[in-house]
Amino acid sequence: METLVRRSDTLMPDVANTFCPGCTHGIITNTFCTVIDEMGIREKTISVSSVGCGGMNPLFINTDIIGPMHGRAPATATGLKRCRPDKFVYTYQGDGDLASIGTAEIVHAAHRGEKISVIFVNNTTYGMTGGQMAPTTLPGQVTTTSPYGRDESSIGKPIRMSELIATIDGAKFVERVSVDSPANVRKAKKAIRRAFECQEKNLGFSFVEILSTCPTNWGKTPVESLEWLRTNMMEYYPIGNFKDYED
Amino acid sequence: MARVLTKGNEAIAEAILQAGCEAFFAYPITPQNEIPEYCAREMPKRGQGFFLQAESEVAGINMIWGAAATGARVVTTTSGPGLSLMLEAVSSLSLTRIPCVIVNVMRSGPGMGDLAPAQEDINMRGNGAYRVPILLPGNVQEAANMVYEAFDIADQYWTPVIVMADGMIGQMMEAVDFDKLPPRRENLPEKTWRLAGTGEKGYRTKMSIHYDYKLTEATDILENESYPAMIANETRWEANDIENADIVLTAYGTAARMCSFVKKKDKYKNINIGIIRPKTYWPFPYLPYEEIGDQCKAILCAEINIMGELIDQVKVATKGRFPVVHVGNRKEGILNTKFIEEALDKLIAEVM
Repeated sequence: METLVRRSDTLMPDVANTFCPGCTHGIITNTFCTVIDEMGIREKTISVSSVGCGGMNPLFINTDIIGPMHGRAPATATGLKRCRPDKFVYTYQGDGDLASIGTAEIVHAAHRGEKISVIFVNNTTYGMTGGQMAPTTLPGQVTTTSPYGRDESSIGKPIRMSELIATIDGAKFVERVSVDSPANVRKAKKAIRRAFECQEKNLGFSFVEILSTCPTNWGKTPVESLEWLRTNMMEYYPIGNFKDYED
Repeated sequence: MARVLTKGNEAIAEAILQAGCEAFFAYPITPQNEIPEYCAREMPKRGQGFFLQAESEVAGINMIWGAAATGARVVTTTSGPGLSLMLEAVSSLSLTRIPCVIVNVMRSGPGMGDLAPAQEDINMRGNGAYRVPILLPGNVQEAANMVYEAFDIADQYWTPVIVMADGMIGQMMEAVDFDKLPPRRENLPEKTWRLAGTGEKGYRTKMSIHYDYKLTEATDILENESYPAMIANETRWEANDIENADIVLTAYGTAARMCSFVKKKDKYKNINIGIIRPKTYWPFPYLPYEEIGDQCKAILCAEINIMGELIDQVKVATKGRFPVVHVGNRKEGILNTKFIEEALDKLIAEVM
């Protein structure tokens, strides 16, 4: 019988993930872990988690892993990779972590061309703390700290991190993907592979932004959430490649 | 190596290199810039580790975390405003028991303050209840020795270690003999927790305090294993003439040197003046204060600051046996021997 879905060896065998039902963090995690399996780099991988929902992955990622300070994952990854350039080092960060408190660290890790990979999960909200407004929250989007909708005249428009990172010379691979459909999951996996290979080839900084859902804090069913992602997020955050390297 | 006339900051830098530092993360701040400049120049020349300038002190200390997590010997150097920014991570480094060395060459605050030497940062701490060793050098040779030994202390107990030198010690020149660095400690524990990938070690390391982990188990190790060992083995001080003292001067760093100078003045030759110089702030040396004889009338605590920082621990250590009086900065300038002398004269007139 053909195996259609396989649990990655980079996930702890007996530990369930702790994401809310319907949240796409689970798909994203299994996808990048499968890339690690396929590249055969699990045993030399040092994972750098983050603070927020991304910070739960020390529970279930089956590699050496460190839980850094909020937003500082790229700095911690810099210290790791500079001391152990023979290891594979990536960060897994949400939009509150990376696009708000951690903007200096992500920009300067890219600017130095650190040989690390970054998985940036954008679900337009602070999931772990209960659905507050993030820099990525869409105009008019209601959150617990923008109860009347994000007012762009006061708070500005959402920040587009992939576009920003792509302007930096040290960033060699930048792509925005989504996991709202099987076809897009396949594309996401391809982008993650290319980002990880960028590091393995010692080319420089690589960055994959993944549009993700937060059914719990959006107050939607998983299916409605995917639909909302497609109709609202993809319009403001177009998926596609912003920067690639030559093979 | 013979004695060489060396600026404090450069002596600290040389000690960092001789201690086998493998990674230096820096962010510029006065009055300690000679340390990163020296290491940026020397590390590539000697083929020793690497130097990296961070985008901020916040990033620098988090780079330290990553680098130290691989088991490397790592350092950052800064001044008070920079240390403020680092404290969030220092608190976490303490909890996760990651060895590293931080040198703080203290300048005047509060806030951005100015660049004058100061002794104002010893009570700085990040969130939560924790302790890290704080070493207090009194001269340039001792600054080199303490920075050198700080790496061993960090590795022995798996803790951040902070060396706090007042700006005077960083900026002045004195003779230093690098053959007189303390012996390198042997039998330091293997860093079994290091991050290197599961393949290299044969097991997985999860370096985080997380949702499946009982925080009180981690803090219990700090309180009942790590801290008692450091208190027992790493508490340092220098005490002179305290058993029969009429008055005890207490101070650390440059302020302690001022006290020694004042004590020798002819006009005090009929008064027994003792001196206690803490060489560690944590663990704090309570013992010499307990050894002060009952005949003592008062303690004068000299610090390059206002109100006093050290003085609170001195009060704890003396348990109310003697009045403890602060002398420090005044409107016209920072602490000097004249201020100490005037305060001492006033105290003698009051209590003798």
